Amino acid sequence: MSDVAMSRREWLLSERPQSRLQARLGRAYMSWQRFAANRLALIGLAIIIMLLLVAAFAPVLAPYSPVAGDLRQGLKPPGWEHWMGTDDQGRDILSRIIYGSRLTLYVVVLVAILAAPIGLLVGTVAGYAGGWIDTVLSRITDIFLAFPKLILALAFVAALGPGIENAVIAIAITSWPPYARIARAETLTVRNSDYIAAVRLMGASPARIVVRHIMPLCISSLIVRVTLDMAGIILTAAGLGFLGLGAQPPLPEWGAMIASGRRFILDQWWVAAMPGMAILIVSLGFNLLGDGLRDALDPRGAGQ
Amino acid sequence: MANTADRVSTRGRRRSGASSLAWSILSFLVVAAITFLGLITVTFFIGRVIPIDPVLAIVGDRAPASVVAAARKQYGFDLPLWDQYLLYLTKALKGDFGNSVLSTYPVMDDIRRVLPATLELATVGTIIGLLLGIPLGVLAAVKRDSLIDQIVRVIGLVGYSVPIFWLGLMGLLVFYARLGWVEGPGRIGVAYEYSFTPITGLFLVDAILQGDWDVFRDVFRHIILPGALLGYFSMAYISRMTRSFMLNELSQEYIVAARAKGLSETRVIWGHALRNAAVPLVTVIALSYATLLEGSVLTETVFAWPGIGSYLYNSLQNADMNAVLGGTIVIGALFIALNLLSDLLYRVLDPRTRT
Repeated sequence: MSDVAMSRREWLLSERPQSRLQARLGRAYMSWQRFAANRLALIGLAIIIMLLLVAAFAPVLAPYSPVAGDLRQGLKPPGWEHWMGTDDQGRDILSRIIYGSRLTLYVVVLVAILAAPIGLLVGTVAGYAGGWIDTVLSRITDIFLAFPKLILALAFVAALGPGIENAVIAIAITSWPPYARIARAETLTVRNSDYIAAVRLMGASPARIVVRHIMPLCISSLIVRVTLDMAGIILTAAGLGFLGLGAQPPLPEWGAMIASGRRFILDQWWVAAMPGMAILIVSLGFNLLGDGLRDALDPRGAGQ
Repeated sequence: MANTADRVSTRGRRRSGASSLAWSILSFLVVAAITFLGLITVTFFIGRVIPIDPVLAIVGDRAPASVVAAARKQYGFDLPLWDQYLLYLTKALKGDFGNSVLSTYPVMDDIRRVLPATLELATVGTIIGLLLGIPLGVLAAVKRDSLIDQIVRVIGLVGYSVPIFWLGLMGLLVFYARLGWVEGPGRIGVAYEYSFTPITGLFLVDAILQGDWDVFRDVFRHIILPGALLGYFSMAYISRMTRSFMLNELSQEYIVAARAKGLSETRVIWGHALRNAAVPLVTVIALSYATLLEGSVLTETVFAWPGIGSYLYNSLQNADMNAVLGGTIVIGALFIALNLLSDLLYRVLDPRTRT
């Protein structure tokens, strides 16, 4: 048994991979080993996997309905029947937090899907094209980078109208610039390399070079950066929810739940305290995971 | 936060080629002008292009037809978009954001009235962050991987992960409601609110100037909790950056030379290493102050602090678009100014960026 395992390990760590697949798996294995050596990063990964599972199985896990409450059971402290207590409308807070994880994931994933490709496109085009295109795109990126993100997101939501979709759009509009910066920097390091010249000699169009040969190289640093930004996205979304501009009641969004618990903070602390704990744990998870990924995928940046 | 850290670290590389001081100041002014123009343009889009009918966004949908028509004329919404933009731009540059629907006063007057409260709070927060963050960061770097290093790490991690408004609520619950150590929401107690006449608008300073120690104690008990909260976030950022700058300095050869000369460890660390780390730290402090200003919307809402953050929040709740845009531009302008200023300071203070 151990013999097989050893040989599999050797196959993965081979200096002379026989196939592209073997080389890729080998690299992934080494990254994973670096990642797994970091205990905090594993905790972060565990938190995020938990979040995914809770979101996926919310109807199975939640003991009560997240929106329908029993007014006679209002503002009950945490106990056996309601582990995290109930809110002013008699809704079970634990169930609301469990369903709220879906909204958190929804926001995070949508912002990443919207913002990362914009940044990737702007950055790679700027870096590969150079000249005045680069100047203009970089200038725009710098301007957006200098803006206060939260305030700008607030103003966007004020114009678009409150709601979770508009909050997503507002956050995405304000969070693409760092991705453009990273993609541009990565592009500049490879644009003059031999393999790009070879592809160009073979007659590839600039669009093809950017999409097929430059963008894939930017992906790993972009993933690290997006993961590190997830916590910030969650906090901004929760902040918008708290200010009444994100998800609207009765949606069990964590920030909005804190806002509704604010009125009872002095006597029924759990209404506001519990969703805040959920936000803290999930953003901590993303921060730990992001730090671990950065150290594993980019050993140069480690120790910073 | 993380992206400002990136900017600080790339700054050295980017700037090393910068030529003379005059050139940096000139390019600074150009960049500043473009960025401010960008800010005003973006708010123009937010306020005048995105809403289906910007007039209704300003006067509200229940305004009588005569008011709507008057506002349409006043803001020039009958003009082509490009002329509207120029009008908006010239007015914004003069600080004219129109009147607030809520207070009926010009938005700029309102902002001038509430801004000192925000600045006072952010200043207290930054001072607390500095006083705690720098020693912690230095100790963490000197005793790498020790207990104190771990503590700094945890402070940083929690600081980047916790929702500030939630921590504020919990602080109110524990220190105000349960322990009674501090005063609750607001800036000044009801007992003093009407008898106290501010001079500068910074209540702590005003109380000292008037020698009124009862007021000072009351104001202090009000500001200490939100100030400590902002101080925590500022400390999380400053200590982390101090640690990384110090680690960088301590690995340099001049430190070896200083030690070989027989200087005491205290002088090597606090005299030599920290002095060289101070230049990038100045920029970190400016950025941290800017971040606190931006976060004022959330903190001030929690603590009912009558600053620009609360003003913005109230305007948002009442769809007072002129006030929202004015507030956004003022906070944005302060934020951008601090950002660019930290950039300039870095170039001016670091002799290596001069030729």
